[in-house]
Parts: sequence; C-alpha cells; structure tokens
Amino acid sequence: MSVIYLVLPLALVIVGAAVFAFVWSARSGQFDDMDTPAVRMLHDDAPVTPPRPS
Amino acid sequence: MAIELLSATEIVCAHCGLPVPEGLVDSTSSLNFCCAGCHTAYGILQSHGLGQYYGFAERRESPVRASGRGYEEFDHPSFAALYVSTAADGLSRTELYLERVHCSSCVWLVERMPLLVPGVARAELDVRRSLAVVEWDLTAVPLSEIARSLDALGYPPHPFRGVARDAMRRKEDRAMLVRIGIAGAIAINVMLATLALYAGEVNGMEAQFTRFFRWVSFAVIVPAFIWPGRVFFTGAWAALRTRSLHMDLPIAIALAAGLIRGAINTITDQGPVYFDGLAVLIFALLVGRFLQQRGQRMAADAAELLHAVAPSSARVLENGARHELPTAALLPGMVLDVRAGESIAADGVVIDGRSAINAALLTGESRPVSVDEGSAVFAGTLNVESPLLVRVSAAGESSRIAKLLRQVEESARRRAPVVQLANRMAGIFVAAVLVAALLVYAITLRIAPEQALDNAIALLIVTCPCALALATPLAITVAVGRAAGRGMLIKGGDALELLAKPGTLVLDKTGTITEGRSALVSWVGPTWVQPLVLSLEDGSSHPLADGFRRAWTGLPRVPVSDVVHTAGGGMVGTADGHVVRVGSPTFVRAGLDQHRDERSSDPILAAKIDAIDRTLTPVYVAVDGVLLAAAGLGDRVREDALQSLDTLRLRGWRTIMLSGDAIDVVASVGASLGFRDDQIIGAASPEDKLAYVERLKRAGTVVMVGDGVNDAAAIAAASVGVGVHGGAEACLATADVYLTRPGLGALVELIDGAERTMRVIRRNIAFSIGYNLIGAGLAAVGMLSPLIAAILMPTSSITVVLGSWYSHTFPRSGRHTSGRTSGHSSVNTTRLERVA
Repeated sequence: MSVIYLVLPLALVIVGAAVFAFVWSARSGQFDDMDTPAVRMLHDDAPVTPPRPS
Repeated sequence: MAIELLSATEIVCAHCGLPVPEGLVDSTSSLNFCCAGCHTAYGILQSHGLGQYYGFAERRESPVRASGRGYEEFDHPSFAALYVSTAADGLSRTELYLERVHCSSCVWLVERMPLLVPGVARAELDVRRSLAVVEWDLTAVPLSEIARSLDALGYPPHPFRGVARDAMRRKEDRAMLVRIGIAGAIAINVMLATLALYAGEVNGMEAQFTRFFRWVSFAVIVPAFIWPGRVFFTGAWAALRTRSLHMDLPIAIALAAGLIRGAINTITDQGPVYFDGLAVLIFALLVGRFLQQRGQRMAADAAELLHAVAPSSARVLENGARHELPTAALLPGMVLDVRAGESIAADGVVIDGRSAINAALLTGESRPVSVDEGSAVFAGTLNVESPLLVRVSAAGESSRIAKLLRQVEESARRRAPVVQLANRMAGIFVAAVLVAALLVYAITLRIAPEQALDNAIALLIVTCPCALALATPLAITVAVGRAAGRGMLIKGGDALELLAKPGTLVLDKTGTITEGRSALVSWVGPTWVQPLVLSLEDGSSHPLADGFRRAWTGLPRVPVSDVVHTAGGGMVGTADGHVVRVGSPTFVRAGLDQHRDERSSDPILAAKIDAIDRTLTPVYVAVDGVLLAAAGLGDRVREDALQSLDTLRLRGWRTIMLSGDAIDVVASVGASLGFRDDQIIGAASPEDKLAYVERLKRAGTVVMVGDGVNDAAAIAAASVGVGVHGGAEACLATADVYLTRPGLGALVELIDGAERTMRVIRRNIAFSIGYNLIGAGLAAVGMLSPLIAAILMPTSSITVVLGSWYSHTFPRSGRHTSGRTSGHSSVNTTRLERVA
C-alpha cells in the first residue's frame, strides 16, 4: 500500500503536464474558432503560400 | 415529379449551379453562366488553377453579385489608421467582414487569396462570423486590389470596426477557458482522492493513509482557489463595495467557509473535508458562466455589422473630374455621381438625371419610386435605372440612415431590464441562503454547540446553486445549438423565454410575408402577346424584366430588332414583325395610335387594368399602337404564410402587419391572410414602426419580425426581434433571432421550440431546487454526512446535464443538409409557379 506515496505524486505530475498542455493550447488560440478548422482540414493540401514578392 | 422534369432540361450556371435564364443560354458553348459576375469568377478561378473549387459537394448557390466598386477608399490613409495594423515581419494586417460567406468551399476559396493576388501572405476565414483576417505586403499590393478580387468572387468586403474590442474579448475567452480547464482537472483529481477516503471509511483504512489522502486533496484544491476560483472572490468583493447582492457573494462565503473548515479539519485530523464538493462547485459554476457569456457575446457582436449597410465610398464630381472618397469624408454641397445599381452614400437632392430609387431597405416600400431633378434621395437607397447626379445635403452621422441606426443602438441598450430582473432574483436567492445558514447556526448552537458551525457550512455548500447555475444556460445552449442546425440563429436565451408565451406578433410585409422581389402576379390580355413581351424584356437589366423572365421560363423567344430603351419609361422595339411598346402607363399611352384605340376602351379590360394600377406595379403593353395587355408585377406572398399565421393565431398570438408600403397594397395582402382591419398598418416610416412597437410593448411581449433597415429600429426595440431570410444581412444583426430558412414556417418551429425549451428549463430548476431542499434539510438537522453531500452534488448536476441534452426542444438535424435542401426546394417551387 505504501507504493501510493510514489504513485500519487507521479499521477499529479502527469495531471500537471496535461493542464500545462491545455493552458498552452488555449493561450495560443487553438480554441478561438471551433468551426472553420473542422472544415479546413477537408481541403486538399495545396501550396497556399506563394513565393514571397521580391 | 414536376421538379425533376424541369431540372432535367435545364441549363445550370457553371459557377453557382443555378438555372441560367433562357436568354443567356449559349448553345454553342458547354459552359453557361447565369450572370456576368459568375462568368468573371469562373474565369478568375480557372486562370489560377483553382478549378478544384468545383469539386466540392457544397458550393455557393447564389449568383455572384459583384458590386464592381473600386474600393479606392481602402487605400486611404485614414482607412489604414482605423483598420490596418502591422503584423509580424513587416506585413500589414486587417480584418474584413465578408458578405455572403456560408459554406466550406467559401473557406477554401478565401484562403487561397495568396494564390490569386500576389503579395497577400495569409488569409484566414472564420466562417461562423464571416470575418477574414488578411495579411499582406503593403509594398507589393494595395488593399483595394485585394478587396476588388474578393468582390469579383462574390464576397464584397467591409471594414470590421470591432477589431480592438475583438482582441480584448479573445483574451477574455482564452482566460476563461484556461480557468475552466484547470478547475476541471483539479475537480476530477480531488474527487478521486476523496473517493479513496469514502472507500476507506466503509472498508477501513489505516490512519496514515487517510491522513495522506486528506493532505493530498487539500494540496490539490488550493490552486483551484488561487487561480480559477479567484473570480468569485473578486466578484463578491465588488458586490460588497457597491452594496448589492450578487450570486458571487454566497458562493464566495461558502467557498471560503468550506476551505477554512476543511483546512482546520485536515490539520486537526477530524471531521469532513468538503474539498470534493468545493472543487466541483468551482468547475460547474465556471462552465455555466462561460456558456451564458458566449450567448450574450453573439448579441453584442451584431450592432457592429450595422455600419456595413451604407456604402463605404462614393464617387464625387469635382471640377469635372470624378474620384472616389470614403463616405466619412463627404460634406454637404458635394456632388455625387451615382450609377445605376449603386447605393446612394448620402442624403441629398437630385440635380441631374431621371431614375427610379428602390428605398425598400429604408422605408419598406416595395415599388421603386421615380425621381427626377429636385427630388430628395436618402443614403442607403438603391438607384435602379439610370445615372444620377446628387447634391449632398446631409452626410455621415447626420444622414437619415445614421440617425435610424443610432435609434437602433439606443433601443438595443434599453433592453437591459431583463438582465436586471435576473440579478434581482439572484439577490433574493442569496439572501434566503444566508438567512437559512444563520438560522441553522443559531438553532444548533443551543442544541448541539459543537455541531453548529459544521451544519451551517454544510448547508451553505449544499445549497450552492451548482445545478441551478447550470440549469438555464445548459438548456438554452443545447436548444440554441439544435436551432442553428434547423436554420434558426438565436442570439440570446431571453429570446426563447419571451417567445414561449403568446403575445403580440408584429410582421413586416415586404420580404417577410412576401418574397421581397418583383414577380409577375397578374396578367390581363391575350397570351400570344407574352412571347413578344418576354423577348423584348430579355435585353433589359431592369428588376421588373427579371419578374417576366422568372415567370415565363418555358415560353419561346421571337426575333427582336430596333429596341430603344427610355429611362424611367420603358422600351419599344419590333418583335416578330409587330411594333411592341412595353413600360409604364404614361410611356405606353404616349405611343398609342389615337384612331385605332378600340380595345383599350373595352370596359372589362379597363376595370382589370385599374385593379392592377391600385395594388401592383403596372406594366402596359401596346402592340402596333393598340393597348392590348397589362401586367401587374408585385411582391408575391410566401406560400406558407397563411398556414403559419393561422397556426400562430391558434396558439393565442395576436398578429399585426406593419408595413412601410402603400396602404392599398398592404390592405389587399392583409385581407388575403386573415388580418382584421385594425391589424393592418400601412405607410409606416421606420420611425413610425419604432414608435408603434414601443407603444405595444407597454401592454406586453412584442415580437417583431422583419427583414430590412426600415425594421431594424423596431426589431431592436421589440421584446424579441426576428430577422428573416433574404433580408439585408448586416442590418438583421440587431435581431435576437435570425431565420436562415425562407418562409414563415421557421417562425412556427421557433416558437414551438421556445415553448419546449422553457419546459426543460423549468424541469431543470425544479430538479436542482429539489436536490437543494433535500440537502439543506439534511444539513440543518446535522444528518448530511460528507458522503451524502458528495453523492447529492454531482447527481443533481448530472440530472440537469442529461435532462438538457436529451430534451426534444428542436428537432436534431445536420447543420448543412437542412439549409441545402430547403434552399433547393424554394428555388424549384418558385420556378414552378406559373401565372395563369
């Protein structure tokens, strides 16, 4: 049973990592627009960025 | 069946897929286009290798209506100062509101802008809000060129004014999401830790592990208070300072009391810790608040888009030269050159030219009004026939439309009382909870002093409106989401609440009850004349000619020659060997052969023509100098109007038709739809409409249904404003509900759905109050063990969540399919209707 002293903190570390990932993704704007990306991923990849104008 | 027959033989536009008018069909080409706009757009796409666009299952189903404007004002320094910011690596960045964005292929096309316009680095479209973010190299390409190419593809761009506010909101939204995420993670983990404690209580657990779990849950919950939970304490502090009762106050007290008591119990190693309940409470409250706020956001967004109604630039004539100026720079006394098909940018007086003005947007008048020198014209109205020179008398903020828009904003602000009521209710609840907690404390202090504090805290925590906070926003969010799938965009939850009880339903006529465009309604005269008229009208771009083309799709064409158009009058030409004169009564009468005028004196024909003159736009037809026929073009009543109105009347709604159109027209439409005489009001200016709705509102709920700027103020003033399909997109923004499906059937469905949603909300509230009462009762007598509290809290929330999700408020459906099918059927049915 004393393994709990090791496992529980470990679990909390993993939770911390997940929370950090969520905070990062929310702050980088991945949840701003929930509709368009769902549509966008259906489009084939075409070169969207043109050669930079000189 | 008939529909299939028709569409099998039909030639459709290579760009938009809509039927091509017969006059434009080129049988030598495999590609046909319904209009020049579609042809241009097709050419652009093909020449840039973007033909893939046509492979999408879901495409635009409206002809490209490019405005053809120069957009020179987009390059103006004052424009740049207002709307353009500098992005990374020296690029310029702006947000544009695009009209007519609606599907996934629009996203694809708009985001291919870098390929279409060299110099554009990035284009991203938010399809729900029709906002495109464009980043481009200012040295390589001016913004006006980007705007022109968006316009040519059928997405006329408008500057988006809310950029600064938008950025602030986005930050707020992200912060809220972060708080919810953290609160959720903590809640789940605290629950897991306390689950071990409950299991230990039942089966027995060594004291050291019990202590360990209590300390772990304590350590985990502290961050929840420091970060996500802080908002409740700041809210409560603000409420205290303004001496008002706010939901945050009991929440903060319960949270603080629970945490302190739990901490003491953890340290002294006895009694319940409450941490699981507290963590879930923070999480649930944050979620409820987030949902609520998102609903309110959408409503606020709207007013911004209003400004897109008036054109953003105008062509000014100065010293014989024409140049474009932003509308904001117009001054009284300037002379504007307004071409046919353009909107007028300022109020003014016509100084040269004769034309017809379509003021439907401003006044609701369905018939174009003819103007000549000396007539007053207003900003936002459309010049239909021929070029005009207009001397500006009032521009910008002092124009009539600007004043109207200000009224709209004011009425929207004045709607605050509903919100205030909700806050007052919360205040009562707060007071009740605090009093109950104090009572419990005072009473138990006498009976069992050592339990008094525990019982009071248990009561505070258990009565905290966890499920109650979720009950309304959840039910409304689910209903609003489902409604969106059915083509009803609902912006605020209070709209559903108000729609659930019958009140007064005020409907606009043009575009709401009727289709809002000229259609051939009545034809008097021999049928052999029809092909002659149609062949002649084929060469005209006049909106009335369109009415003929739509009505007579199956008729053959005859050769036409020597056609002469007369602006404001009509046209004359030789068709099939006859001299045919088609146009306004005065124009046709002027060309009649006085000696052979026998048929026009026919009393039956004359009477019928008279009837047309009164309620419709008359078009006379004379063949070889004899008045032979007359057509009445008007605005046709929507098919489902009568049935829908009757259904609503049966439910107890009082229906009133309020129109800016001429009284004769309004009365004839009203009578056919079962409106009583006192329920028909015609010739109402936008200001009248607003006043009328405000007067009605004193007597109860008023739902205003309309489609134009002329209704916008009334829509905003009404208890619930409903905008209907096909109206001016930007001005419908003030409406609480926007129906994207044509017809009034959607209105019936909306009201049905609102009633069911309210039932769900009442059920949710009953459930959560029930749980609260049980919990409060147990807590008061000191029987609320932590285990029971831990079960009660989530159960009540889960009941509410499931109850909201599985309720039948609006029928479920795929968002896109419903829109498509209804769009199709409406096209086909209108095309099938024939005038006998």
